[in-house]
Amino acid sequence: MTTLRGFWRNKTKVEPGTAVSPTLNTAETAVTAPPALTPIDLDIAPNDPLLAYIQHNPVVFDVAQLKLDSLAVTAMREAGVRLVVPLVSQGELIGLINLGQRMSDQEYSSDDHRLMSDLATQAAPALRIAQLVQQQKLEAIERERIAQELRVARLIQQTLLPQELPALAGWGVSAYYQPARAVGGDFYDFLYFPDGKVGFIVADVTDKGVPAALVMATTRTLLRAAAERLEAPGAVLARTNDVLVQEIPPKMFVTCFYALLDPATGHLRYANAGHDVPYHYTAQGVVELRATGMPLGLMPGMGYDEKETTLAPGDYVLLYSDGLVEAHNPARGMFGFPHLQALLATHADGATLHEFLLAELAAFTGPGWEQEDDVTLVTIQREEPINSQQLTINSQPVEFEIPSAPGNERTAMEWVAEVVGDLLPAARLEKLKTAVAEATMNAMEHGNQYDPDKPARLKVFVEEAPTSTGSVRVTITDQGGGQPSPAAVAPDLAAKLAGAQSPRGWGLFLIQAMVDEMHVHQDDQHYTIELVMHLANQKGA
Amino acid sequence: MAEKKAAFTAETKLEEETAVILMHGEINQDADAALTAVYAAAAQVQPTAITLDFGGVDYINSTGIALIVGLLAKSRAAHIPLTAVGLSDHYREIFTITRLSDFIEIQ
Repeated sequence: MTTLRGFWRNKTKVEPGTAVSPTLNTAETAVTAPPALTPIDLDIAPNDPLLAYIQHNPVVFDVAQLKLDSLAVTAMREAGVRLVVPLVSQGELIGLINLGQRMSDQEYSSDDHRLMSDLATQAAPALRIAQLVQQQKLEAIERERIAQELRVARLIQQTLLPQELPALAGWGVSAYYQPARAVGGDFYDFLYFPDGKVGFIVADVTDKGVPAALVMATTRTLLRAAAERLEAPGAVLARTNDVLVQEIPPKMFVTCFYALLDPATGHLRYANAGHDVPYHYTAQGVVELRATGMPLGLMPGMGYDEKETTLAPGDYVLLYSDGLVEAHNPARGMFGFPHLQALLATHADGATLHEFLLAELAAFTGPGWEQEDDVTLVTIQREEPINSQQLTINSQPVEFEIPSAPGNERTAMEWVAEVVGDLLPAARLEKLKTAVAEATMNAMEHGNQYDPDKPARLKVFVEEAPTSTGSVRVTITDQGGGQPSPAAVAPDLAAKLAGAQSPRGWGLFLIQAMVDEMHVHQDDQHYTIELVMHLANQKGA
Repeated sequence: MAEKKAAFTAETKLEEETAVILMHGEINQDADAALTAVYAAAAQVQPTAITLDFGGVDYINSTGIALIVGLLAKSRAAHIPLTAVGLSDHYREIFTITRLSDFIEIQ
């Protein structure tokens, strides 16, 4: 059966006594102006008998002599069509040439029929090629439109994802996000509260592309707004759901896990809106963090169970999306929850967990796997307390990295204090903390230009000295090597007060004043400041 | 949404003819606008002295020191003596090392 396509529409109005384009004037070659043409709509329904007739008789025919109960034929007659020339290419009917009354008012002759038949033989392949070219152009435009939509969706997603990880003393947080080729709607977010608590969100919007990205943006905003007003995770999800349900397009919804962590205690309160159940790694085994609740945006007035747990030192929680657990291997087997849980039981280190899981995923799916959905992983690990006894003389340095961002120097300072513990008296520890904060701030600002991809690296170790009980040494390294080192000169306060100098410029002076020794080491790439506090030096204790 | 750390806040009150500036949080680069505004409000009542109350301050970095230097320059230009209260022993020492204590009475 011939498929009716858009090009069946004949936009030529046929007036009685005029020719339908293309005009075929077989009369004497009288030079006259072409007759005026006005458009008509002539649609041929796919089930019109005329199509079946032409399929079996693809030859020129006279409309007046056609005995066919056909709406198309009736319409042709009303439009003044006299002769129809089917255009057939490779057995497929691709168009019709409809001719009106000859300008001489004579009937079409058998010569005219032959001539039109020859014309159709020549014209049909050319028309077919033109149609294919047109079709390819339309497909190319459609492909570009889809690609552009994906670019927009990716841009929306990347703009909304956090630019930095929470830097929490005693905690390690890592995040991994890999969008699928057809962008899905995964997202994660971190919320910071004045009391020091941190909110963790992982969510997945149904659907893909721009619609999913827009729903993601809306959901993220609603969650943040709700979390600012309400503390309880269940209440946050309930509030978000009630607003989202009025905004979200039909047949779309959002799965979402929200947890509120108190870093001081390890206490974690959480609620779940139909999202994949997170896992809690403990020394006793891996447990699910189950809490029931409907996905967001489906129905108003939903309640959300709220549960709680506490992360002990060494524990971690993995939040993830279905892109991981629903990945398939060539045999169509699914990665699955039990497999994930079993893998976690073998891996205690949250810092290397993502690398480990992605390697396992690659091994499971095999080479050439096309990622089916976004893969999102967020891990929150409570670090083992660093016992100051570990900082024995000539022991391995304790190391720490911190993203270069304003304010992170305080995290570095607290971390060093925790590591050093009671190796220094309280007053001297305060001095070291101030020196560490200033040196870290310099490293992040001047060395790394606050580039979040360039962390400041800190090392703390105790070094034996031949003539004393040793020293606590802290090194802070940035990526600003190869530059001249500024000297620590005492700022001239009188000049600053008189406006002759900038009021700033206290950092290096303070560092030097706070510690027993300060050394600078640098190469072409790295700049390291070393702070030394002698253990035997009880001055200021 | 709150930032990672408690934001710096400052308010002023008048005790007899002394303007007391109560500060809370961290004195770092983020404290600049609030500190400038609260000092302007304190100076507007033409006090005979200004007291900086550091009782609620748990952290001052070198940028914060620079902000205090800026306040001190303004108060000296206006001939208003500046006093500091509520400083921890550690920050008292820093005020001494930086010589701020030569110009600000530490109580």
